[in-house]
Parts: sequence; structure tokens; C-alpha cells
Amino acid sequence: MSLAIEQILNGLQFGVMIFLLAAGLTLVFGIMGVINLAHGSLYMLGAFVAASAAGRGAPFVLAVLAGAGAAALAGVVMELVVIRRLYRREHLDQVLATFALILIANDGVAIAWGKTPVRMDVPGALTGAVTFAGLTYPTYRLLLIAAGLAVAAGLYVLISRTRLGMLIRAGATHRETVAALGVDIAKLNTIVFALGALLAGVAGALLAPILAVQVGMGEQILILTFVAIVVGGLGSIRGAFIGALLVGLVDTLGRAYIPVLLKPVAAPALADSLGGGLSAIAIYVLMAIVLVWKPRGLFPVGSR
Amino acid sequence: MADTVLAVRGLRKAFGALVVSDDVALEVRTGECHALIGPNGAGKTTLLAQLAGEVAPDAGTIRFGDRDVTRLGPDARARLGIARSFQITTIVADFTAEDNVALAVQARAATSMRFWRSAARDAALRDPARAALVRVGLGPRANTRASDLAHGEQRLLELAIALAQEPAVLLLDEPMAGLGHDESRAMIALLREIKPAVAMLLIEHDMQAVAELADRVTVLVAGHAIASGSYETIRTDPRVREAYLGDDG
Amino acid sequence: MTLALLIALPPLAAVLDQPFWVNTVTRILILALAAVSLDLIVGYGGLVSFGHAAYFAVGGYTIAVLAQHGIDAALIAWPAAVVAAAVLAAIVGTLSLRTTGIFFIMITLAFAQMVFFTLVAVKAWGGNDGLPLDARSVLPLVNLRDPNALYFVCLGLLLAFVALAAQLVESRFGMVLRGARSSERRMLALGFPTFRYKLVAFVVAGAGAGLAGALWAEYARFVSTDMASWTRSGEFLVMVILGGLGSLVGAIYGAAVLLGLESFLAGFTEHWMLLLGAILLVVVLFAKRGLYGWLAGANDG
Repeated sequence: MSLAIEQILNGLQFGVMIFLLAAGLTLVFGIMGVINLAHGSLYMLGAFVAASAAGRGAPFVLAVLAGAGAAALAGVVMELVVIRRLYRREHLDQVLATFALILIANDGVAIAWGKTPVRMDVPGALTGAVTFAGLTYPTYRLLLIAAGLAVAAGLYVLISRTRLGMLIRAGATHRETVAALGVDIAKLNTIVFALGALLAGVAGALLAPILAVQVGMGEQILILTFVAIVVGGLGSIRGAFIGALLVGLVDTLGRAYIPVLLKPVAAPALADSLGGGLSAIAIYVLMAIVLVWKPRGLFPVGSR
Repeated sequence: MADTVLAVRGLRKAFGALVVSDDVALEVRTGECHALIGPNGAGKTTLLAQLAGEVAPDAGTIRFGDRDVTRLGPDARARLGIARSFQITTIVADFTAEDNVALAVQARAATSMRFWRSAARDAALRDPARAALVRVGLGPRANTRASDLAHGEQRLLELAIALAQEPAVLLLDEPMAGLGHDESRAMIALLREIKPAVAMLLIEHDMQAVAELADRVTVLVAGHAIASGSYETIRTDPRVREAYLGDDG
Repeated sequence: MTLALLIALPPLAAVLDQPFWVNTVTRILILALAAVSLDLIVGYGGLVSFGHAAYFAVGGYTIAVLAQHGIDAALIAWPAAVVAAAVLAAIVGTLSLRTTGIFFIMITLAFAQMVFFTLVAVKAWGGNDGLPLDARSVLPLVNLRDPNALYFVCLGLLLAFVALAAQLVESRFGMVLRGARSSERRMLALGFPTFRYKLVAFVVAGAGAGLAGALWAEYARFVSTDMASWTRSGEFLVMVILGGLGSLVGAIYGAAVLLGLESFLAGFTEHWMLLLGAILLVVVLFAKRGLYGWLAGANDG
């Protein structure tokens, strides 16, 4: 039983981190109509910068801030130099241009940090584990869940309660009205893009102590993020949140339980092989089911 | 009295709190033109979209002949013989005018899952396509790219496409939109010529066109059909004057 | 002109004592086949599939797995590879064609990842290590062990597929496919069930990529999960766009240019991907019609 709770917490932790990426990606799509494959590169940059800041003795909080800041800065540059030219272009151009950005980012990071994984330690105060209700769970992972939920709540407040949020919501559906209000759309776009980059950087920096920080890490999570967005519905923060949690939970629980469940019904070798395969594809099966049931995701937005 | 080809009963559609079709009923008969008028935002285009099958109604029935087509998609309805034109010209921009019409001819065949023969040299497609173009006066422009046609020519191309479908019902969404005076005259003459063979539903703001074409007029205001009758009775109906014509003053 | 050069290549390479030319160009021909098949749906159907590597991989793995079980007759294995890829394309297409635009891109990518992770997970097929083939398949009358023979088989199949695709896009079927790319709404209003036409095109494209994957397995005598990687899918798209969308033949030039560029840049620096990315970015942002458009334009003028 406690194992099940632990797995659920793991899935939740994975899910909220995916949400940090999915939120930015879905906002950028909702406001600008751009698909950004290089979103994972910003996450990777956040992880690398945080890891090397920590490696040089920066306190944990500062390292995370450095990673997030670097990602946000890179996001601003990316928007000004490339993304801005893609707003009115076809999706195919957007895919290819941001694919090119991935090639550049991956090689650039390899030049700066090398191809071997970089390590970042869990900060001393958080290395332990918390025991509650008969369950022992690593403190740092609990912090990740809390941080992810806090960011989600903050984002909710930002979108629903502030002037910037109002503009973001309006910008997604009534571009012309927003422009008519005298708002500088170009600036709004840059801000939204930087916000998305910041969130991706935070996710990268927070995950750096428990993941291998290496070239290519961005694409792995990017594709999970896509699945989360497809499941949740494009352009919706709420959809991104639910989709990300579903993906995190299904992936984690699938890996934990599908091989176990297969044991009694299949030969050991087959159970191993089949179980491994099935648990690796569990989230794609989830996506397929949602697609058949609701082709536009669980929480579709507007007409775009 | 000709048969009713298209009959709508109790049609309802709402987008959230906005009711765009409120218990609408209407009929269209062969050889007859039924005009749908009303102020902007009255729900005319959404009503037409429901008739064409692009938008599913929340309630009500749409019958084509003795068949209930309420649940059919736009392609299935088109195959039965319900053709439409679009308010904003919707053509395949990088095809020639003739290619666009040839597609409509092709659509009448049971299937277009034919993979070998070149469609560009297929006389079974090209001859009727050219005939339809000639009929609307676009004969000399057959080989021009659709995107290079003038606006008025594109409107005529829309009509040629609809004609080539040989429909039983023709749903026209503001065919005069953006046309100059002479072009409008030509379009009205064309529609009069076509009218005897089809059941025509016409959305139009140009009252001159409505006066000349419509056998019956239904006035739609805020999704509700407030009046229906001949052009003359509608014109003098006080409710209509208030709701619709008052809109101008 | 290009064709004459391609036919003359093997004897030329032999005379000039540069046998690796044949190998290099064989590789280009095989990847070009996959790129042409992708152009069929992207360029003519407007269906931006970011998962074309999946069909390529399934084609390749079919050959390798059949060989593992002792089936090395090309006339059995190759059609099997094509059918396997087509079946996968039919399943993925049925699901993903329910959506459009960015959704479609993300879903095709995600399903390709599913294939990738399945191949990683199945230990019997080598998992991450891949699966080597002991020998090339056996074709009657042709000895595929001879690099020149394999070269001509690949060239012949590429040309046959280009001819088939060219016929397809000019047919009634092709008119509907191209019409739906430009205005799906109009095509529905005319009465075409566009979903079916797009699905058929998607399956034909998947089959083409499956054939390319089969040839790749023969050529490399090795298949690995790399064949299904998402960067591979990205490369196929790059080939199509470099060659110019909707030109079929252009995709062949696109494949040649990308592979040429890769090995050229790799000769300079270890970090050739950075340069490749920069070049690609410039091409996408500033050169709309691709290489083929540029070449065709030059010929016109």
C-alpha cells in the first residue's frame, strides 16, 4: 500500500514538472500560434546553468534562479531573433526553424559543457526523507511537488487576476481588440515567450539534482509534454495541468505495475519483454484513447 | 405545386448563452427561391451551415426529400444533392478555374479513388467543367489560376462550381457580396436562369436582388424567424420594418 | 542529366577507383525514397507528419526480424516490410487524421516515439543495441552482395516510386488530395469524404518509407532504434523542405544536399550540427521555395 502511495507521489512529481513545460508551450501556442520544438532546449539550458552554478558553490536557491534566469534570457533572444519571424508562417516552417534551433542548442551546450552528463547534488538540507503515515519519502521530491503546485497556483492567479493575464487571455481569442486597446502585441508576445522559457528553466533547474543533466534531455521531456498537451487540449492552462498530471501518473504507475501485473499471466521472459514494452508506451495508449474519445483533447479551447 | 425538397423543423442552435437559431422552420421547393434576410449577426450564415452539415444543430430536424439528413456530415449531404456557395470565396487557390470546376464534376462520380489516369486530360471531367464555366461567362478564363481571378470572377467561379455539382438544393451565401453594379446584374440574371431547375435558398443583403429573385422571404432576427411571406408582404410588415429596416436608420 | 549521371556512376567510380562513391550515393537514394514518400503527404496533402521515421524503422526491422527467423527471400521480405509499414500507417493515420495543424504534428511525433520505445524495449530485437543481419536478402537473378547491384536496385525502386507518386498526384485521387490541402471545407462541400483520401495518401507514404527502411536494412546489414528516432523524422522533413515542397523530385536533391552538407561540415568540425542548424534556419526563414524552386527558377531565367 505504501508502495502504491510512493508511486503516486512519484507520478505526481513527474507530472507537475511536465506541467511547467506544458504551460509555457501551450501559452506560446495559444497566444502566438507557434509550435516551438526548442522549448525543451530552454529546459536543458536551465538544468545546465543551475548545475554549473551549484558546482561553483552557489547556494541552491541561487542556482535555481540562475538556471531560470538564463532560460528566460535565452527565451527573449530566441523570440526576438527567430520566433517573431514565424508568427505568420506555416506550421511546417515553425517546425523546421525550431528543429534547427534544437540542433544549434544541443551542439552549443555540448561545446560549453561537454557531452558527459553534469551532476548536481541535492542541497544538504533536503537530502533526507520525510516519514508520514508509515511512508518514507525523499524530502527533495516532496519539495518538487510543492514547488510545481505553487507555480501552477501562481500561474492561475497571474492569468485570472492580473492585467497581464487579462491581456494574455484576450490575446488568444481577440487579437485585434487587444491591439486596438493600444497594447504593444509584439511586447506581449516577448513577455509571454519569456514567461514560458522561465517556467521551462525552473523545471530544468529543479530536476537537475535528480536527473542526468545531459545533451538531449530536452527532447525526451518535450515529447512527453506534447502528449500532455494533446491529452489536455491545446491552448488551455487547465488542460495542460490535467494532461501533465495524467501523463506523469500513467507513465510512473505503468512502469511500476504493468510488468508486475503481467507476471501471473505470461512466461517470465515474455512478461519482462512485453511488460517493458507496454509500460514504455502506456502514455501513448492513453493519448490514443483520448484522441478517439475527444479528438481535441479533454479541455479544448476556442476555435483554433 | 412543386415538391418541397428541403424542410427544416424546430431547428435550435446555441453557442454558450448566444442563441443563433431559435426554433427555425422553413421550406425550399424546386423552382423556387427562398430568401433569408436579416440584420448582421442574426444567424443567417450559421443556419446555412447547419443546412449544409458543417454545424450540428442542438435540436430540430432537417429533411431532404423524404430523408432525415440532420445527422449527416457536409460531404454526405453534398453527395445527396445539397450544394452551397460560400460568403467568403472558398476555392482551391492554386488550381485553375477549370480545375476547380472539374473537381465538382468529379465529385458527382461514385468515387474519386482513381489513381492512374491524369485528371487534367480526362474529357469526362473537362468537358462539363468547361461548359459550366462558359455558362457563367468565365469561358475565356478557364486556364487562369483561381487566385489570379478578379473578385467578381471568383464569385462567378463559386457559382460555376455549385452548378457543376448539379444539385437539387442550392444554398447561396451572399453571392452578390462585393460585386459592382453590372456584375450584380449579371449574377441576378444567371440565378434567374438557373432557378427553375433547383430549390434555391438565398442569403442576401442586396434588396434589389431579393426583390427580383425571391418567391418567398424569411426574416431572421437574433436567430428567430420573425416573419415569412412574399417580398411585398415582408416589405410592409411593421415588425420587419422595426427589427430589420430600422437597423439602417 | 542527373539520371544519366546516376546510371554512369558505378562504372565511373570503378574507373576512378572510388568505390565508396557507390555506397554514399546508395545511401542518398534510399533516404531520398523516404523523403519523396513524405513529400507526397506534406507537399500535396498538407499533412505535416513528424513521425515518418517510424515507418522507415518498421520496414527495416521487418527485414531484420524475418532474417533472424531464416527468411531471406527478398521477394517475400520486401513486400512484408512494405505491408508492415502500411499497416502501422493505417493505424496511426486513422487516429491522427482526426486532428489537424499543430495537433497533427505533435501526435505523429508522439506515435513515432511509441514505435521508438517499443523497439528499445523488445530485447529479442536487440533493444538499444540494434539487430545485425548476417547477409543481404536473396533476389532472383540479382546478387545484392554486389554493391553495384544493390545500387541499381535502389535507383530503380526510387524511380519507380517517384513515377508512381507523380501519377498519383495528377490523378482524380491526387486532385482531391491537393484540393483538401488548400481548402478542406470546399472539398467537403463538394461531397468528398476527405478523411479517406488523406488516409490513403498517408498509407502510401508510410509504405514508401517502409520500402526505404527495408533497403536501408539491406544496405547497412544492421537495424537499430536510431532508424525510428525523432531526429530522423526531422531530417526527412528537412530533406523535403530543402528540395522544395510538392515537387517529388526535389526531395531527392534535398536528400543529397543534406547528406552532402552533413559530411562536408563533419569534415570541418566536430560541431557540425551547430552549423547545419544555422544553415537550416537561414533556409527556412529566408528561402521559401527550396532548392528545387531555386534550380527551376534559374532554369526559367
